[in-house]
Formats: sequence, C-alpha cells, structure tokens
Amino acid sequence: MADVSNTVPQTRQQVINTYFMEHRAKLVDIAAYLDRIDRASGDATEDIRDHAFRRAIQILTDSQSFRAKRILDLFSDHTTEMPDSAEGMKGAAGAVALADGGAT
Amino acid sequence: MKYIDPHIHMVSRTTDDYQRMAQAGCVAVTEPAFWAGFDRSSAQGFYDYFRQLTEYEPKRAAQFGIQHFTWLCINPKEADDPGFAREVVSLIPDFLNSAGKLCGGNVLGIGEIGLNKNTRNELIILEEQIALAEKYNQLVLVHTPHLEDKLKGTRLIMDALSASSIEPGRILIDHVEEHTVGEVLDRGFWAGMTLYPDTKVTPQRATDIIEMYGSERIWMNSAGDWGCSDPLAVPKARLEMKRRGHTATIIDKVTFDNPQTFLSQSANFKLAVDA
Repeated sequence: MADVSNTVPQTRQQVINTYFMEHRAKLVDIAAYLDRIDRASGDATEDIRDHAFRRAIQILTDSQSFRAKRILDLFSDHTTEMPDSAEGMKGAAGAVALADGGAT
Repeated sequence: MKYIDPHIHMVSRTTDDYQRMAQAGCVAVTEPAFWAGFDRSSAQGFYDYFRQLTEYEPKRAAQFGIQHFTWLCINPKEADDPGFAREVVSLIPDFLNSAGKLCGGNVLGIGEIGLNKNTRNELIILEEQIALAEKYNQLVLVHTPHLEDKLKGTRLIMDALSASSIEPGRILIDHVEEHTVGEVLDRGFWAGMTLYPDTKVTPQRATDIIEMYGSERIWMNSAGDWGCSDPLAVPKARLEMKRRGHTATIIDKVTFDNPQTFLSQSANFKLAVDA
C-alpha cells in the first residue's frame, strides 16, 4: 500500500485537538455496546457479526496503518462463487463467517 | 459557494429539501433510477417512474434554481428476474434517443446499474445494460453492493465493464469505501463516495480518502433517498474539509469541478451557471 504519511493538512496535535471529543464518545459507545451484550441473557457466541466485530477491535490496536480498509476487508465476502438468483436470500448482514469467505 | 450533488434520489425527498439544498449552494443534481423501497409489479411502473424523472422532477427542481439531470436503468435489486428486467430495459431507448418520442433532454446515461447480491441473473442484466450504454454511447453510473457484498461485487462489476468497449473515463463507480476506492481508481474509472449517516462513508472518512487517494476522478454525493440519509451531506463534507484546513480550490474541485468534468461528457449536461 502507498505511503500516506503527511497527507493530512493538520499536525498530529491539531488532529487530536479537532477530533478527540467526537471519537472519545464513539469509543465509549463501543464499550457500552459490549457491556450491553454482556448484561443481556442468552448465548450469541456463534453470531458471525459479533465474532467479526471483536476481531476488528484487535485491528484498532495493532499500530499498523490502513485500519479502516483492513476492517472493511475483514467484514467482506472473499468468495468467488455466484448464486444463480437472489430468491430467498436475506439482505446484507454486515459481516460473513470465515467459512463463508470472511478475511482470515 | 456552489456545489453539485451528482447522486441523489429526489423523488423520495420533499420540496423543502430542494429549498434547503438551494440555500446551501446546490446548483445541479443528477438522479439515478433506483429501487424505490419496494418491488414494482410491472414494467408500466418503471415507465411512469422514468417519466417522473424526465418530466416532473426537472420542473420541481427549477423552482429553486436547481438543474435536474437523470440516469435511467433497471436497478440491480429488481434485475434478478431477467425476463422482467428486459421488458423494463426495452423502454429506455425512447428516453435516450433524440428521435425517440419521450426524450426529455435531461438523461445523462445508464444508471445506477450494478449488482446487489452478486448473482448470475443480476450480472446478465448488468451486461445487457452495459451493452445498451455502448450502443447509445451513454455515460454509465454504477451502484456497488452493500456491506459485506461490496468488495466482491465491485470486482465483478469492474470485470464486466472492462469487457466492454466503454472507456473507463466514461464510467463512475459509486459508493466506494476504503477497501474499494484504490482498485477503482487504479483501473481508470471515476469513483463516487456516498455520504451516509450509518453506512458507506462519513464526511470525515470521505476527506480521509481524498487525502490518501488524491482528488483526481473522484466526487462525493449524498445519495439522499427514502432511508436514513441527508440531502445536505455534500455541503457538510465541504465544511469538514474546510475545518481540516483544505483549500477552497480542492474543496471546489471535488464538489463542483470534478462532477462538472465527468458529467460534461454527456451532451445533455449543460450548466446554466459558469464554473
């Protein structure tokens, strides 16, 4: 992937000054969402969306670039097969299971 | 300031939205034919929709000094039945051809065509609509699938387009995100970013993409429709770019100059205002 360093007109300090509060709120939202799942009843350990979500969180902290692209890749269908028709298919769920073509 | 919203579904919006967009600087919109939230039961339903796009919407927009242009097609979600889709596609030439009795003069091309669930049936109709654009020398506006289907669908669509004789510079592939924009631009196509509150990209991410992938062959749009969307998303993205320190030249380029450059490849796109 291309070198994208120094492509933002702001300094790192200015980026933090501009966006910290907005993303602090989003981070707390994610934390509260995970807490909400913990507090709820039942079992969702097999939910492919939740599985992908928790793997995506690991990308946030791996200190590598292109986090947004890599998270979207993780949530994407990487198969090449095509069904004949959409009849009976559900709408997009936002994530796929590894066995169904999710990124490894 | 003035801007173009090159992808918005005004049939789903109120007249108040036209007024607010005009107040925010919108001088022109282009409206692709799309899935209206429910499947139409007959080709006649599409005929009426095409007349609405070519006759009624331009008049409603003109009340607020906004020029209205459109794109015609059968959208990928309703294209999974090839027989039905072909019946709809057969209606389109009369709206394109200057000799056709229905030509309203505001049609810019074929769109938004593409894939929805990446099926063979959808691909067959996509290829037939690409052939229609070839035959009538039309621009093409492409819808790419949602969420987990986007990456695969975008690649399938680009392969189908590359098999045609249409120059990539006459094709805009819309709804790109961070995982698809690079391939779209690398293959010579134009790229559109759709600013949605929950899916696709936010004004912040659209600005990030411009910073990382450049401002050539790229635009942003609201794709405002019947779902959660914002017809003022483009001026909000302009403000976001300004807040981050981008120059007026770059902001105008991606929200006015670039759409004007791409759309002007159609003889039907003539702006009443100077750039």
